Amino acid sequence: MAKQHVKMTVNGKEVEALADPRTLLIHFLREDLKITGPHIGCETSHCGACTVDIDGKSVKSCTMFVGQAHGADITTVEGLVNADGSLGVIQEMFREHHGLQCGYCTPGMITRAHRLLQENPTPTEEDIRFGMAGNLCRCTGYQNIVKAVAHAADALNAQKEAAE
Amino acid sequence: MTDQTLTPEQRVANLKGMGSARKRVEDVRFTQGKGNYVDDIKLDGMLFGDFVRSPYAHARVKSIDTEAAMAVPGVVAVLTAADLEPLNLHWMPTLAGDKQMVLADGKVLFQGQEVAFVVAEDRYAAADAVELVEVDYEELPVLVDPFKAELPDAPVLREDIAGQTEGAHGPRRHDNHIFTWEAGDKDATQAVLDEADVVAEEMVYYHRTHPCPLETCGSVASMDPVTGKLTLWGTFQAPHAVRTVASLISGIAEHNIRVISPDIGGGFGNKVGVYPGYVCSIVASIVTGKPVKWVEDRMENLMSTAFARDYWMAGKISATKEGKITGLWCHTTADHGAFDACADPTKFPAGFMNICTGSYDIPTAYLAVDGIYTNKAPGGVAYRCSFRVTEAAYFIERMIEVLAIKLNMDAAELRRINFIKKEQFPYNSALGWEYDSGDYHTAWDKALEAVDYKGLRAEQAQRLEDFKAGKTRKLLGIGLTHFTEIVGAGPVKNCDILGMGMFDSCEIRIHPTGSAIARLGTISQGQGHATTFAQIIASEIGLPADDITLEEGDTDTAPYGLGTYGSRSTPVAGAATAMAARKIRAKAQMIAAYLLEVHDNDLEWDIDRFAVKGAPERFKTMKEIAFAAYNQAIPGLEPGLEAVSYYDPPNMTYPFGAYICVLDVDVDTGEVDIRSFYALDDCGTRINPMIIEGQVHGGLTEALAIAMGQEIAYDEMGNVKTGTLMDFFLPTAVETPNYTTDHTTTPSPHHPIGAKGVGESPNVGGVPCFSNAVHDAFRPFGLTQSHMPHDHWRVWQTANKLGLHG
Repeated sequence: MAKQHVKMTVNGKEVEALADPRTLLIHFLREDLKITGPHIGCETSHCGACTVDIDGKSVKSCTMFVGQAHGADITTVEGLVNADGSLGVIQEMFREHHGLQCGYCTPGMITRAHRLLQENPTPTEEDIRFGMAGNLCRCTGYQNIVKAVAHAADALNAQKEAAE
Repeated sequence: MTDQTLTPEQRVANLKGMGSARKRVEDVRFTQGKGNYVDDIKLDGMLFGDFVRSPYAHARVKSIDTEAAMAVPGVVAVLTAADLEPLNLHWMPTLAGDKQMVLADGKVLFQGQEVAFVVAEDRYAAADAVELVEVDYEELPVLVDPFKAELPDAPVLREDIAGQTEGAHGPRRHDNHIFTWEAGDKDATQAVLDEADVVAEEMVYYHRTHPCPLETCGSVASMDPVTGKLTLWGTFQAPHAVRTVASLISGIAEHNIRVISPDIGGGFGNKVGVYPGYVCSIVASIVTGKPVKWVEDRMENLMSTAFARDYWMAGKISATKEGKITGLWCHTTADHGAFDACADPTKFPAGFMNICTGSYDIPTAYLAVDGIYTNKAPGGVAYRCSFRVTEAAYFIERMIEVLAIKLNMDAAELRRINFIKKEQFPYNSALGWEYDSGDYHTAWDKALEAVDYKGLRAEQAQRLEDFKAGKTRKLLGIGLTHFTEIVGAGPVKNCDILGMGMFDSCEIRIHPTGSAIARLGTISQGQGHATTFAQIIASEIGLPADDITLEEGDTDTAPYGLGTYGSRSTPVAGAATAMAARKIRAKAQMIAAYLLEVHDNDLEWDIDRFAVKGAPERFKTMKEIAFAAYNQAIPGLEPGLEAVSYYDPPNMTYPFGAYICVLDVDVDTGEVDIRSFYALDDCGTRINPMIIEGQVHGGLTEALAIAMGQEIAYDEMGNVKTGTLMDFFLPTAVETPNYTTDHTTTPSPHHPIGAKGVGESPNVGGVPCFSNAVHDAFRPFGLTQSHMPHDHWRVWQTANKLGLHG
């Protein structure tokens, strides 16, 4: 199969590669780039474990071809840590409020929360529940995830205020 | 370092020991995507395996043509049963005393069964080749109804054991019959039922479902052709047992096998069993001389690995007219699918189903369980429960409700007058268990008060009036449950898996500077062991939990243990941890005595130090003692400070809880809206309240899923109707309610720290509570039993059958 040239930005770094056209983005990220934060949970777009941020949208990377991400700006959970390597606000809030257990859904959850809080910086509980409904968790029962996202919203807003 | 400036409270707080809501140490990795799950493992030259699976539920395999598949570029091998047979690996033992085909040997017995294993250089080539393996099947009659299994014209499923009248668990009366297991006194129970004032009778079905952890099952096998050592990474809830089983079935000496459970993305019982994929990855690595990875996809996970439940429980419960229960009878038909691959202790083919007398003082009882083969996936695993405890809890909590209807009594009051009383513990149940401790009345009263039970019933009565008057189309349901679990398997005298006693272990090494590493025979799958077990050690030996590393899952380094399932980690390995820590403390006391020039008996333990009795200013901290253990020649003592404990529990532990659910049922749409859920858990001593609360939230949500929609359903041809997450219900954040948690504390009298385990309680208690709430809404209209899951369609049907649609 003829290889396809792909070029994209992943977590701020330029990436260029030759890939089989049918390669799924999740496999490209995990196996070619060794970015293993995004996980595979269902391969049918239901569970959200593979969620990454592409050009300002939350996308399930298990059901798109790598070629469809040509030229895109991609952020994964690995890209959400602070410049000094410490946990980003959302990551810290998940830890603080016990928003994770086995950790398998967590990269997708946090990546989705990152986008949700940009779409809606002051979400109600209902907004969070609805906005996170594309990501399944089998361990936490969501209560602490909702709490973590709500606290992350407050913390991010406080940061913004302090900066202004 | 003789810090005397801190108060005792500050010293305790610095340890972050038991009782502290310590933040999880695991989360720094997990929140930035630095977990290491099996599919993250990438080795040089690694190949990928993928299965050809049967589209039929029952068929003869006439031929398998692999030529076209082998021609796909990148394909290295295609294994069939014929390739495995010379190695005697075409079948493997199950954990239940049965055997299971690794690859189809002449026939297939369930849809999705493994037929051939393709090995290729990448997963795309493997998937291509799977499509090109040509299998010629001859369809056979399909058996999906366990009640038709023993009819004269029933097809014989297991030809390999046809005619064998003795099975692993006693006599077999039919080719599709696996075992009959009995507990209690049949004749006495019959006599009690015959003479009772009131007998309620019901068929209680707990449907087939699946643990469905977010990470599916998988393994990476790497046979080093130079050293002859096999390393096997995989989604194993019991890595040490897997090593032993792998050695027994492969013939590779056990010291030449290293099993590693990396991070596991949820288990819930799905990852206890041994699957054909593990065996095939090992064989493929031996054959190819390269590492081989196998990871199943979601459909394979739901169709072929580890279903749970599928118990048809026919019950009778008798009582006096005042409501005092006199007897309980249960006959269960257990659909095990094509192979009995449940993972129960050997002597318990129906697990701990004989905990089905629940929280009640029932003097006479009888239980019989018939295990049956059908053309469905094998299993019968304990999905977030201790070996059929969920089935038992659902059964008794439904029977109590059914009896309450028959007696025209309030179900809360019926429970109260039948609870085992606090002073009756230790309590010997009619079906053979010794309940270690409990205080059910206190928990129950606290729960009823917390939800304003009387107020709720008044509101419900008003709602019913409004409904009858046409003012509303919504009914109010109040679900009650008081469950008793039996966890922490278990005493070696009666609990083993494949002959290995169900003890567990902990090894602790204190480093010279006063930090430590501890290794256990268990393996966390989200429970936070690295956080909580360090807390036990911190409290026991006075070193901060933050200075204690915890490791599990590598059989080359960790002490042998039976793993994590059945809520056994805290009751068994947690006890081993405390016992190992106490050995260290005992040696530390001798070292401190030497350093302080006093007799051992003149010292007393004080949070993080040994102090001279009556002279608390003379002390040695654990940190000082640790250093001395490595730099002083102490007469009569070996250098170093390490200990290992293998803990054989004297009894199970018996966590309990009181749950109350309030919900609205829309009779026209069948939609159910959970208004509130109150969960009081008594898990004995509480190690980390934050983690306990998280476990309860998660377990209740799995219970919500099971009770309200999750199901592995088959059609009459044996086709799986629920093989994707489109059909198999996993609740999202939208369907999931907020929970209110509460607790009482009744420590286990026989456990070193009094802890009982909690991870499974909310699933065990949650399912009957949600289900009872739905039933309760329809109680005024004569409903006694409707089978789970209570999805919109079934609830609508219930309303319809009761004539509520006009």
